[in-house]
Amino acid sequence: MGYYQNIYTQVQVHPLHPEAGVEIPEIENRVGKGGFNYLAGLVGNAQIGPIYLGTLGTLSLASGFIAIEIIGLNMWASVNWDPIQFIRQLPWLALEPPRPEYGLKILPPLAEGGWWLLAGFFLTASILLWWVRLFRRARALGMGYHVPWAFASAIWLYLVLGFIRPILMGSWSEAVPFGIFPHLDWTAAFSLRYGNLFYNPFHMLSIVFLYGSTMLFAMHGATILAVSRYGGEREIEQIVDRGTATERAALFWRWTMGFNATMESVHRWLWWFAFLTTLTGGIGILLTGTVVDNWYLWAVKHGVAPHYPQIYGPVVDPLASPGGTP
Amino acid sequence: MKLALQILGVVVAVLLTGAMFGTAGWERPPVRSEQTGFRGTGMVQVQNPRTLAVKLGENAAPAPQDPVPPGGELATQAYQNVKVLTDLSTDQFNRVMASITEWVAPEQGCAYCHNVENMADDSVYAKTVARSMLRMVRHINADWKNHVGQTGVTCYTCHRGNPVPKAVWYDNPGPPHARGFAARDGGQNHPAPEAGLTSLNYDPFQGLLDDKDVDQNAIRVAARTALPTSPSKPIQTTEKTYALMIHMAEGLGVNCTFCHNSRAFFSWEESTPKRVTAWHGIRMVRDINGNFIEPLTPALPEARLGPEGDPPKANCTTCHQGLAKPLNGAQMLKDYPELAGVPMPETK
Repeated sequence: MGYYQNIYTQVQVHPLHPEAGVEIPEIENRVGKGGFNYLAGLVGNAQIGPIYLGTLGTLSLASGFIAIEIIGLNMWASVNWDPIQFIRQLPWLALEPPRPEYGLKILPPLAEGGWWLLAGFFLTASILLWWVRLFRRARALGMGYHVPWAFASAIWLYLVLGFIRPILMGSWSEAVPFGIFPHLDWTAAFSLRYGNLFYNPFHMLSIVFLYGSTMLFAMHGATILAVSRYGGEREIEQIVDRGTATERAALFWRWTMGFNATMESVHRWLWWFAFLTTLTGGIGILLTGTVVDNWYLWAVKHGVAPHYPQIYGPVVDPLASPGGTP
Repeated sequence: MKLALQILGVVVAVLLTGAMFGTAGWERPPVRSEQTGFRGTGMVQVQNPRTLAVKLGENAAPAPQDPVPPGGELATQAYQNVKVLTDLSTDQFNRVMASITEWVAPEQGCAYCHNVENMADDSVYAKTVARSMLRMVRHINADWKNHVGQTGVTCYTCHRGNPVPKAVWYDNPGPPHARGFAARDGGQNHPAPEAGLTSLNYDPFQGLLDDKDVDQNAIRVAARTALPTSPSKPIQTTEKTYALMIHMAEGLGVNCTFCHNSRAFFSWEESTPKRVTAWHGIRMVRDINGNFIEPLTPALPEARLGPEGDPPKANCTTCHQGLAKPLNGAQMLKDYPELAGVPMPETK
């Protein structure tokens, strides 16, 4: 009862005693007894906890806390410790990587990027520890490792941006600042510097998989909700024991687009689309500046970028024309 | 509980929507878009006709002073201590003086530059500045035709009735910042009005518009070859160029595509001819700031200097003030032949 709750569920299940879950050896390491929350029940399972943090989880949270503290306090310092300006300017504030002159120096002066390296170290430690935690929790429950491997793909993009590519380029200054608008402005400048990232084929693939993920997710979610009145939410059972919900959903897509995924394959589609978004994105970033310096010129060279007629007369670089330099 | 949550949700949604309408700087439709390049390339200029109408109203040229007959005694013979405009007749000279008063110091009058007891006296610093500025105007009109064309400039192009033009810039040390080992902001990461309120460089000008000897390629950041051939320019340099370009677009009231094809910003072959005009404009501003304004620093009183002790300098907005052509292309210079012609020789 009450296993398949979603946002349309009108009834929240609040048993007298929180559910303990399956029996596994480490079950006694969990903290608290668990409780029920109405808001959580609106969007998911109303039960919260008991929580398992363990050594890895605790270390991960501590590292993440240190990273956020370093970033946040440096942001606050950048407005001269003014609490009002800190709130007002927060989206603009940032912790910048070292200037180019420091190259790959392990610890430049704290004020000149040292804090950025420290924050990056602790954030990376936090993320990697969390990944190991996901892996070990999946193993403890006898699950497959689909979740940690998918998370690993996102970590790959993160490491390429902040660690692998800067090392290949020979300077930490190539990395992304920590900040809300600053990392977006960095992204725009990155594309300008490397001649328009939209001509990077791996960027193209990443966009396909990103938008593809959202579309597949919407199609799948809509399909299952639409047939849940026939028990369609029991997807896993219907993989092997196809019921009327699956029949209807499959026929709907065969009618509308001539082809349908199966109850099993749609999940593989979704997993691979999500996984490949950051995998291909990371490859695209890794090649930028290291292997290709200007993606537009690369695309012209390989016949990717089309030629459009120039409606003005020829426009010539003044520095290239004789007497161009005053 | 449920009803309270629903009411709270609706209230928050209404407040957030109201806040967005009030603060996001949105403009109501319709806006006018005009195709300026080959179809499908996104070469489009977007203008809000209502704000454009206001801007055009604010950027009207004043009526010229009555012309004076040619010939007559030279001003150098009639007046003492005339060091600029030495080739003008007394009538022409007086006409320029009257116009300068109207353009630069309409409220303060002649006394803004002159000791009215003795007009030949050099005791007022503004007179030193005005001489240099008159040399500059002649120089721009004679030597920077590739930017100002036949339209040229007069004092009014920048001053608009103010002793110091409204849109000037000083070296910007940034907002107050904790010292010691707290991380530096790298000249970025605060709301930057000069760069369209992005988190890009809050001083995109220093080093790019003030230095007449700056590397001709200082602004160019994109690679010129498909594959890496030389050490690349850092992203931080790109961000400064980006900030300067936002200033140019805002100063001229245009989109990026006024000059560039956004698919290859660096490419001259893909650009519009306007980019060449703008390129000369950047050199012109460096010339103005480096050769005419910076040397005036010792003459200026402290109140005229910026926080770093530097003089008020020009950028694109100083003349353009939101329009692609200053004063919407009004031909003021045609009515002021006194300010055209050969650059004035240095007379000491």
